[in-house]
Amino acid sequence: MGLFDRHAGLLEAYRDVRTTGYDPFQIRMERVLSPTEAIINGRKTLLVGTNNYFGLTFDPSCMEAAIEAIRAEGTGTTGSRIANGSYSEHMALEQEIAEFYGKKHCMVFTTGYQANLGIISTLAGEGDQLLIDADSHASIYDACKMTQAEVVRFKHNDPSSLEARLRRLGDRPGNRVVVLEGIYSMLGDTAPLREFVDVCKKYNAYVLIDEAHSLGALGETGRGLCESTGVIDDCHFIVGTFSKTLGAIGGYCVSDDPDFDILRVTVRSYMFTASLPPSIVASVRQALKVVKAKPELRKQLWDNVATLYDGLAAQGFKLGPEHGPVVGVHLPDRMVAIGFWRAMLDAGIYVNVAVPPATPNGVSLLRCSVCAVHTPEQLNHMVEVMTGIGRQLGVIDDRTRRVIGGAR
Amino acid sequence: MIVENDGIADTLELRRESTLARGEVMGEICHHLAPFQVGEKPVAGDTVIAKDLTIDSLAIMDMVMELEDRFDVSIPMNVVAEIHTVDQLADTILKLHARR
Repeated sequence: MGLFDRHAGLLEAYRDVRTTGYDPFQIRMERVLSPTEAIINGRKTLLVGTNNYFGLTFDPSCMEAAIEAIRAEGTGTTGSRIANGSYSEHMALEQEIAEFYGKKHCMVFTTGYQANLGIISTLAGEGDQLLIDADSHASIYDACKMTQAEVVRFKHNDPSSLEARLRRLGDRPGNRVVVLEGIYSMLGDTAPLREFVDVCKKYNAYVLIDEAHSLGALGETGRGLCESTGVIDDCHFIVGTFSKTLGAIGGYCVSDDPDFDILRVTVRSYMFTASLPPSIVASVRQALKVVKAKPELRKQLWDNVATLYDGLAAQGFKLGPEHGPVVGVHLPDRMVAIGFWRAMLDAGIYVNVAVPPATPNGVSLLRCSVCAVHTPEQLNHMVEVMTGIGRQLGVIDDRTRRVIGGAR
Repeated sequence: MIVENDGIADTLELRRESTLARGEVMGEICHHLAPFQVGEKPVAGDTVIAKDLTIDSLAIMDMVMELEDRFDVSIPMNVVAEIHTVDQLADTILKLHARR
């Protein structure tokens, strides 16, 4: 068997995808113009698939902070956090994130992926049990491959399924660590966190929640689902990323555990990689200030979510179960999804396309992510374009509009 | 139905639970795998799940979750990774079930 033979199945699927003309996994952003527009294939394109929920990538204050940091401290740290790569600014950022959550400790990582990978695989060790949601992000699954702990999956967003698995462990020794996400990245659905927390309390399990897609978006001050459901104190570990709402890159984990800092010398993805460059640390610190100072961005985001979600729903599209900064549009199969995606790009709108095996239950999706600085006109235009393509491809019924329009 | 003697009823219940029949487990597994059968060859004990059938790794893990709840056992992911055939899967379930 050749080195690449094991990928034969994937290669075939990938070839199918590319027959449509464009390769959705190798799109070139020829020039990024703003949080919501870029030049793709020589054409000005509306961006609705960038996880840039507050549009802070072009926030003048964040950009200035990054430029200043480069002038003051250079382009990179060229070293790990446990060697020469911990600057005052890294420590200050950790303190600010800890304070934001009202937790005692924070560790900052170079990516969100590395935060999950390192924290989850190290927290639960030999003799412990890790219980993960079936629809967990790849970083969580990869952590499971690295851990010495026993790993069991429970049904997506199903506290009773988690409870059955905790109950079956009975009085077996070992720490139980339950891994959840605030907003799931494919369909944009939120976890029933309160119910999960109740189950975890009953069985004395630790709760780790990844707020990657909910930071900024959920909660009165933008701390995520743990805040909007009022259970911050019951979440032992909160992980998140700087690469979405905060507009840069990096990851973090906060906790009140008095021994948390031992992870700095045990988590390999923290120890054996270079730390974040000064410019990123500076822009993230500023972005966090913006999130705190401008709650109106959250309102704008949710207004925009309503415009897109309700607009698409009214046309008969099958969407994820609830309003959220990620709007997942169900399509019947991989080829329709790719065709739809391609037609949208031709019409000047970029979204993500998500097809099996990267999606739960083998669904094919157009994954739209909404930005606070999208204009209602941009989003209404998008609904119009998608309606046209949807009808042409037979994904939505021509009559849907009249029926729903009449009922309104 | 025995209603006047709870003790006997409990004993019967316990015995029924502890002697989970291999045939029952095989039947359930085959029921889940039948849709992924290739050609006329039926799913059997020596069927290699990931190779002889059209089921992908994610669907295997989802099937395992269904089987876990059906037989009230948990099969850790590292154990699933070592399972190749239908027989091995059935044996694992029976072993975990007996250990409860």
